[in-house]
Amino acid sequence: MEIALFAGFALVAAVAAVLVVIQRHAVYSALYLVIAMVALAGIYVLLEGYFIWIIQIIVYAGAIMVLFLFVIMLLDIPQEDVLWARRDWGQIVAAAALSLVLLVEMVLAVGRGALRGAQAAPASAQDFGTTLTVGRMLFTDYLFPFEITSVILLVAMVGALVLAKRQFK
Amino acid sequence: MIEALVIILIKIAVVMGLLLLAVAYMTWLERKVIADIQVRIGPDRVGPFGLLQPIADGIKLMLKEDLIPAHVDRVIYLLAPSLSIIPALIAFSVIPFGSSTTLFGLLAHPVTLRITDIDVGILFVFGVSSLGVYGIVLAGWASNNKYSLLGGLRSSAQMISYELSMGLSVVGVVLLAGSLSLVDIVGAQQGTFWLLGILPIPNWFVFWQPLGFLLFFTCALAETNRAPFDLPEAETELVAGFHTEYSSMKFAMFFMAEYANMITASAVATTLFLGGWLGPVAPSPVWFLGKVFVLLFVFIWFRATLPRFRYDQLMYFGWKRLLPLALLNVGVTAVSAALWG
Repeated sequence: MEIALFAGFALVAAVAAVLVVIQRHAVYSALYLVIAMVALAGIYVLLEGYFIWIIQIIVYAGAIMVLFLFVIMLLDIPQEDVLWARRDWGQIVAAAALSLVLLVEMVLAVGRGALRGAQAAPASAQDFGTTLTVGRMLFTDYLFPFEITSVILLVAMVGALVLAKRQFK
Repeated sequence: MIEALVIILIKIAVVMGLLLLAVAYMTWLERKVIADIQVRIGPDRVGPFGLLQPIADGIKLMLKEDLIPAHVDRVIYLLAPSLSIIPALIAFSVIPFGSSTTLFGLLAHPVTLRITDIDVGILFVFGVSSLGVYGIVLAGWASNNKYSLLGGLRSSAQMISYELSMGLSVVGVVLLAGSLSLVDIVGAQQGTFWLLGILPIPNWFVFWQPLGFLLFFTCALAETNRAPFDLPEAETELVAGFHTEYSSMKFAMFFMAEYANMITASAVATTLFLGGWLGPVAPSPVWFLGKVFVLLFVFIWFRATLPRFRYDQLMYFGWKRLLPLALLNVGVTAVSAALWG
């Protein structure tokens, strides 16, 4: 059952991710990205990360993608006539190289995890992934990374404001 | 295992059935109440007191010609009404509408009166209802019509703006209850808040969080696109807003989604602030439904009383009035909870 559900969610996420890239219209790309996000949320449920599951839906599917869609509609981005209108070989090679690095990294990470799996199995307690556990971990063991992340987000926000305001002067 | 599954399926069928029936009769109630407020009679031709009017409307909507304009983006145009109504119905699956019942002794084991209770209940409601905006935005875009697009843009901006204050307004309740589960939140409201002479004031969170309740209800009006926040379908400016190009049952689905969202918002407000199913003497679902009904009446009352906001007023009110108030509410509650909690 769990394997079947995982296969289902993973397949939907992967296919949707590919469809994001090969759409000719930005609105469709955004919608496929929403589907990929929701499928990822399903995988979080299988991992018993219920809090992360609902946060994924609220933040990514519910807020960020709505904003994406809003901007796409506001700018009225037209449909592209041909999928490969501008074939930039430099871009393609760079993208392929980066993807390869990412793939190797992921294979290494998964492989090492699988080898260590026996002794590093998570303490699969009853309340793993609940709001209480996640909150406690976030504000004790992972407090520093958590606060650093919020500062980084703040910097990005201030940066966006500065760039946007400079154009109007 | 099989028995549990059957019980769940029966619960889902009953809740969805009652919800859709309530949606149909909300239209009747709204027309009657607004007619009363405006010293008119309202629907009274079909059945006694016009009580069969929703049925007649439903049959009419199903038999109307289903028009698909030539210039629309077909796939998304057809998808949008479903995207609008499905989240509205799903959100109700975590709402507890009573403690438990044996149906007057008919059942061997008491059955809990909710479809399910999850650890992140209130977040689930927010998450699912935030998906509902896709239906409206995509309907506006796919219709390929200026008025529709403006309606869709307005609704996405409005819903994101007010969702923020709405989320913050319930943080106080979560702090007091110490849980995100709707059942636990109702449980935390048991007891007496204050003894006024011999009249016990119940320990509902509305007395602990009056500002939170006002903020939540205001944001709920905006989130459900109801007057005075009904700018996405402002008929004086945008014909009918995002559903201008929709006809027949597809139009009805947007309509049903709006009313289902209203019922969900009232049910959530009841659960969070008005003690949910708690109350003396009468069975718990009666208390729950009674409180939801009062809030729904207020929804209708607002529509008959208040004129629509201008768009800049809406944004100013949401970001510069509601959001600071909601932040203040969270701060005060957090400090008090830390000092005396």
